[in-house]
Amino acid sequence: MSSEHIDEVSGISTTGHEWDGIRELNNPLPQWWVITFYITVAWAVAYTIAYPAWPMLSSATKGVLGYSSRNAVKIELAAAEAAKGKYVAAIQQKTVSEIAADDALREFAVAAGGATFKVNCVQCHGSGAQGSKGFPNLNDDDWLWGGTTEQIQQTIAHGIRFASDPDTRQSEMPPFGDIITPEQIAQVGAYVASLSGKVQDASLIEPGAKVFAENCVACHGDNAKGNKELGAPNLTDAIWLYAPGETAIAVQVRAPKHGVMPAWIGRLGETKVKELAVYVHSLGGGE
Amino acid sequence: MHVLDKTQMERLEAKAVNSAKTRQPLYAPRKKIFPKRASGSFRRFKWLVMAITLGIYYLMPWLRWDRGPFAPDQAVLIDLANRRFYVFFIEIWPQEFYYVAGLLVMAGVGLFLITSTVGRAWCGYACPQTVWVDLFLVVERAIEGDRNARIKLDAGPWTARKLVLRVSKHAIWLVIGAATGGAWIFYFADAPTLVGELFTGTAAPVAYITVAVLTATTYTFGGLMREQVCTYMCPWPRIQAAMLDESSLTVTYNDWRGEPRSRHAKKVLAAGQPVGDCVDCNACVAVCPMGIDIRDGQQLECITCALCIDACDGVMDKLGKERGLISYATLSDYNANMMLATAGGASSVSPSLVRTADGPFSDKVSHFHIRKIFRPRTYVYMGMWSLIGLGLLYSLLTRDRLEINVLHDRNPQFVTLSDASIRNGYTVKLLNMIPEPRTIVVTMQGLQGAEMSVVGSDLPAARFFAIAVEPDRLNMLKVFVRQPADEVRHAAQTFKFRVEDRASFESDEYTATFNAPEIAR
Repeated sequence: MSSEHIDEVSGISTTGHEWDGIRELNNPLPQWWVITFYITVAWAVAYTIAYPAWPMLSSATKGVLGYSSRNAVKIELAAAEAAKGKYVAAIQQKTVSEIAADDALREFAVAAGGATFKVNCVQCHGSGAQGSKGFPNLNDDDWLWGGTTEQIQQTIAHGIRFASDPDTRQSEMPPFGDIITPEQIAQVGAYVASLSGKVQDASLIEPGAKVFAENCVACHGDNAKGNKELGAPNLTDAIWLYAPGETAIAVQVRAPKHGVMPAWIGRLGETKVKELAVYVHSLGGGE
Repeated sequence: MHVLDKTQMERLEAKAVNSAKTRQPLYAPRKKIFPKRASGSFRRFKWLVMAITLGIYYLMPWLRWDRGPFAPDQAVLIDLANRRFYVFFIEIWPQEFYYVAGLLVMAGVGLFLITSTVGRAWCGYACPQTVWVDLFLVVERAIEGDRNARIKLDAGPWTARKLVLRVSKHAIWLVIGAATGGAWIFYFADAPTLVGELFTGTAAPVAYITVAVLTATTYTFGGLMREQVCTYMCPWPRIQAAMLDESSLTVTYNDWRGEPRSRHAKKVLAAGQPVGDCVDCNACVAVCPMGIDIRDGQQLECITCALCIDACDGVMDKLGKERGLISYATLSDYNANMMLATAGGASSVSPSLVRTADGPFSDKVSHFHIRKIFRPRTYVYMGMWSLIGLGLLYSLLTRDRLEINVLHDRNPQFVTLSDASIRNGYTVKLLNMIPEPRTIVVTMQGLQGAEMSVVGSDLPAARFFAIAVEPDRLNMLKVFVRQPADEVRHAAQTFKFRVEDRASFESDEYTATFNAPEIAR
């Protein structure tokens, strides 16, 4: 076999290599292509010297340029913090209602507060702030302790019935099972239910109103509209923290449940609490 | 010790496979090409195409187009920062990018159509690589002279003159490269502003980087690499083999009338041998920018620039013979004529078989006819091209410039309010796609008794509201829709948001869902 073999069909010389009669044609690469290939090889070597590349026992070579993706992230995070700086500074100085009145600040606070909410509040209030049994829905227009931005801020900062915060919102409905008879409890349950809906036995309503006037008006008010100073709920609306209906009301009257919300000021700091207040106020029910 | 005689040694029949003497190099040094200036109708056509394409490329960003005070006045502008494409009277938003996709599909099908009819016309006339190489060759010829002068200069020693010529050639090439890169960035920003920034050093770094990269590529591809780009870097020469068929026009050397070629026709004729029209003057080879001999047949390297046709026609004119020894011909015509010239393949090419006794071609010679362009394949391409084009045009003329998109709050899906009414939240996006401010009306249709209120506005809750929208912007609103409990019919009711411009009668609708708890019924 000659190494100077010319392929009969194509007229192109072969490399001289043969496998079972199949010969490799020698179509030479352009020289610049080969040079380009060597340049890429040199580039690759230089790259592994310049940047972190070669795996060692516990880490990899650092690269002479000192690049690190972790540092790159740090720089970007610092830039993001710096970009937020002027908003955060303004939020620190202004009151929540001033923040809510300023379009740019409100937009920033709603975004930032939303992020804080997703981390800290959704466990009880739900990811859509829709609440659940015993945990109030923050989207609606019914507020136990008031729905202005200032009132919301106060609630978030110091919590509700949170023993270790002296400024916490404090109130407690006594267990009326010890004070009035079961009949009276059924009667007042029917009366309260009748304020916003139908009840099964209308004959209970009238005596119930009497029981209410004697025992409940101090906190819930003459017209049962509640008292936000005391966190006493409005009993005439369609929103029920635990459950609607005379039975559920009677259960609550006999042995009331009381929710506890922790104070967040220590954990989140004032700025984040303000942002949260503006965010919660923006959900649609703010007063 | 027994010593063998030399003649007793067994001689093996072996040759070193990789003998250094016979080893072929695995790479080929580039052979320089010095294309000669051609003249003729194709060369004139190429000048025209070059003037039009370069003119469009360099001047387009400077055309102005008045769109009023709320939009840029550059006729063609790709505004990446604001995500708008402006092409004369057309403004394209990102979600209308299918127009660009459609145009690209049309360009693809158009390329199929052109290639299946007139071969690699794109390569030969309109490809930027061809156009810029042509431009660079103009510079090269103006400075160093035509083919022979350039060959001589290249082979000669490095004199002061050669240095001056070479330096000035490369300098002008670099200037053209910079102008090319410069023109590119003007499509992405206001050209008059950017040109000022560019020269005062205040333009964005990306502008300078783009200019630098495109200067380098233009200089390298157009000045230094030239035919290497077409032969080794471009995939199209490989693809075109699938695009051509026996009815496609390609630049063809008609050996049925050219062979046997001879430089001494009279002597050979006198000797009683047949002589073809080709006088082997190599004019076709000298003008070829790809450095090939078209007489070797159709080749991958051939970009069908047709300059060899011009060169050969000039020679044929001088010899008093018919033009078209090299011509645009289809494979079927060529094959028919070859069959004729070789008596069905029985003999080598004989001019006497294609010519009558007194000189002209015989009637049996096939010539191209325009109807060959119209065949099922090209009908399909033309049909696809026109359908897509008409579809795009129709969609462009009837497209909405006012749109409404609605996102229904999913968490919570609904909120029960203290009066037992049900509230749903919606993010309403109003798209005012004209560069003018206008007042539009958003109306609710359906959902009995419900009213909507816009968060952050003083508008009273109602079933409609009017709102001023900014020009050429997406205006996003948060809308609460509230329905009294006794009006709630289903857990999921559908209704429509309708947006109208009562001045221009444009409108759009979005069908949304209103969720309610089962218990609210």
